[in-house]
Amino acid sequence: MAEKHLMCGNEALSEAAVAAGCRCYFGYPITPQNEVTAYMSRRMPEVGGQFVQSESELAAINMVFGAAVVGARAITTSSSPGISLMQEGISYIAANELPAVIVNVMRGGPGLGNIGPSQADYFQATRGGGHGDYRTIVLTPASVQEIVDHVILAFDLADRYRNPVLILIDGVLGQMVEPVEIAPPPAADLPAKDWALTGCKGRPPNKSRSLILGENELLEMNRRLQEKYRAIEAAEARHEAVDAADAEILLVAYGSPARTCRSVVRKYRERGYRIGLFRPVTAWPFPSAALAECAKGASAVLVVEMSAGQLVEDVRLTLGPAANVLLLGKPGGEVIQAGELEAEIDRIIGLHKMKRR
Amino acid sequence: MTTVFKRPESLKDTETHYCSGCGHGIVHRLIAEVVDELGIRERVVGIAPVGCAVLAYEYFNFDVSEAAHGRAPAVATGMKRARPDLIVFAYQGDGDLAAIGMAEIIHAANRGEHITVFFVNNAVYGMTGGQMAPTTMLGQKTETTPRGRNALGEGAPIRVAELLAQFDGVKFVERCTVSKPRNVLKARAAVKTALSLQIEGKGFGFVEILSPCPTYWGLQPRVAMRMIEERMEEIFPLGRIKEPAAEG
Amino acid sequence: MEEERIVIAGFGGQGIMFLGKLLCHAGMLDGRHITYLPSYGVEVRGGTACCNVIISSEEIASPVITSPTTAIIMNTPSMIRYEPEIVKRGLLIVNSSIVDRHPKRKDIGVVMLPATTIADRMGNTRVANMVALGGFLSKSQIVKTETVLAAVGEVLPPYRQHLAELNRRAILEGKAAADAQGPDAIWSKITRGFGLG
Ligand SMILES: Cc1ncc(C[n+]2csc(CCOP(=O)(O)OP(=O)(O)O)c2C)c(N)n1
Ligand code: SF4
Repeated sequence: MAEKHLMCGNEALSEAAVAAGCRCYFGYPITPQNEVTAYMSRRMPEVGGQFVQSESELAAINMVFGAAVVGARAITTSSSPGISLMQEGISYIAANELPAVIVNVMRGGPGLGNIGPSQADYFQATRGGGHGDYRTIVLTPASVQEIVDHVILAFDLADRYRNPVLILIDGVLGQMVEPVEIAPPPAADLPAKDWALTGCKGRPPNKSRSLILGENELLEMNRRLQEKYRAIEAAEARHEAVDAADAEILLVAYGSPARTCRSVVRKYRERGYRIGLFRPVTAWPFPSAALAECAKGASAVLVVEMSAGQLVEDVRLTLGPAANVLLLGKPGGEVIQAGELEAEIDRIIGLHKMKRR
Repeated sequence: MTTVFKRPESLKDTETHYCSGCGHGIVHRLIAEVVDELGIRERVVGIAPVGCAVLAYEYFNFDVSEAAHGRAPAVATGMKRARPDLIVFAYQGDGDLAAIGMAEIIHAANRGEHITVFFVNNAVYGMTGGQMAPTTMLGQKTETTPRGRNALGEGAPIRVAELLAQFDGVKFVERCTVSKPRNVLKARAAVKTALSLQIEGKGFGFVEILSPCPTYWGLQPRVAMRMIEERMEEIFPLGRIKEPAAEG
Repeated sequence: MEEERIVIAGFGGQGIMFLGKLLCHAGMLDGRHITYLPSYGVEVRGGTACCNVIISSEEIASPVITSPTTAIIMNTPSMIRYEPEIVKRGLLIVNSSIVDRHPKRKDIGVVMLPATTIADRMGNTRVANMVALGGFLSKSQIVKTETVLAAVGEVLPPYRQHLAELNRRAILEGKAAADAQGPDAIWSKITRGFGLG
């Protein structure tokens, strides 16, 4: 077993990228993810990698594009305003079908907002974010260890599907310190990058493009992309269910609010209430089938998120208009306190006259 | 039989989509010839801009990627950093490089990235229909400067070559043109110097090429070529702006 | 469940973050669950430094502390801010060399520890944080003192290793000083385990 280190989420994700064999980091400073740029500026030269503090997030994501198109593993990180600026590049990366890993340590918005922890970029992440019909795979870790595991997973998923993978972290997870183990992952069985632009020695030239003008050609390309997205939906939807099977109240949350939910579930279970937690681990593909199954017996589904209500739309889409889907949403870079959550649960218990068992 | 017009191996055997009298085709050919001559076809990677030359990968017979509008220098940075053994060049128009992509070109140049940039300056936006470019000359009429470009409010043409030459990371800057055979030969020599610089690992090389856009200048091809000599060269003087440092 | 939710706050430069990280490291070595959350960004610029440390026998929910079981307070503004937030029967460790007021609360245990004075006497004012930590170790069993002493060497960066011994001595001095403040205080009579409140 590898040794445990104390690391904050931002440092852990940096080291995990190194462990995943990534040797290209491009980024632009923004709080609350500055630990990453600082860490990578030290670490990349140590492992023979490249660190560039780019002139903007626009440049950073395009440097990622460049490294990816020649076959290298590359990562960039930012926080909400910077991720907005990257959307152009992410659309191009998706269109050119390049593997890339992007981390968004979300902060309060809109606009410059604040540097508090937030989950208000869920729509942007799960609906594509830039222009065109495309999807990014979205991972939502809830602990520093899971951040590490997800970074390693993200590089594999990106390579497997030739698709950008976004990791959504809120400011709390980026800043908090927990013990982690970072072990180099076992070699995954991934397709060869024969599409990469590595010089045309011994083969016809490769090209990478997204301007597709031929009649029906773009339609065909989009159909192919959609087929890929359906395959990803079928194979990669991930979730975690805690005490969900018999839950009368089902909480739905991801990231750091899911941690608060988990402890509240434990507390109410000890008191005899049938309450559970459903945690989407991938926000896209959204684990709809699993959620529908877990919510079957629930008389109330309470979505808990640090935004004005974004995840809740996927939950409503999954469960349909008949389901009793409620929202405890808090925008503005503010943490949801256990007390607020308990007050809401108590209200639901009262309303539905739920009994202890 | 003379073989002067033999197609370089680095150029595919296809018709280009460029208007007749356009400079892009000539510049493609120069680059292809030099790539052949330097024997780097199998390790060169080009970047096509967003502009009339966006389809460059249909013409060059080596690996080519598109980049988003103006971002070629950032893409080139990523490529070269990830694979220093590749010879990476960006091919950009004046809207691509000097308007939307000004930040990317300045910073790649200032970092002294080991890449080569070919800057095709035709003083208009060709692809979108002849609008004003940052290099449009004062008084020049375009789709968006119907009364002629006015320095007040529209700015004066930007001399990119001179702008970039000031950075220490930039090792070679030359402005040339394809207006007549003698100048084409000079342009070819500049392309060769710039790519050789990269092969030798010496730093950032930049070649600006004044190029005609007969279509949106509203001129016959031959007149357009004359226009470069009579008007453009006055504003964008030809010549070597920064010599590569001597050996050693 | 045994859990300490510790807020450590003072001026920048008082070693607040180091104190927090050392506690966490010891908690990890003792096999506890731990989280550490520094205040970041704008807040840091006001000259205050603060971190949240949770050490628990069980998996930790949010690393954000709203009702601390313990506050280790190194300056007056932090005292004003955090004293009201401490849970009933919680613990307040005050660096009385710097904090110019007495706590108002009667329902918490208080250790007034002249940490800076003790550190100065030991020849290095910067180990006041370790003296305060000793005060905490005197009243809480969440981590073992031996573990903390052992962790000092692991948490100090290589170029500070020569200060390890001084840091350890400061911890023990602080602990002794707090021990001397009597076993009759309420905090020593209760098992310091807290619900999730
Ligand atoms: C973000 C974005 N904005 C605008 C455009 C539209 N556009 C395509 S090419 C171009 C200008 C090209 O002009 P130039 O770089 O001078 O190249 P030329 O076509 O003259 O060779 C513009 C504005 C685009 N593709 N992307
Ligand atoms: S529009 Fe101008 S730049 Fe574009 S192909 Fe035609 S002549 Fe060339």
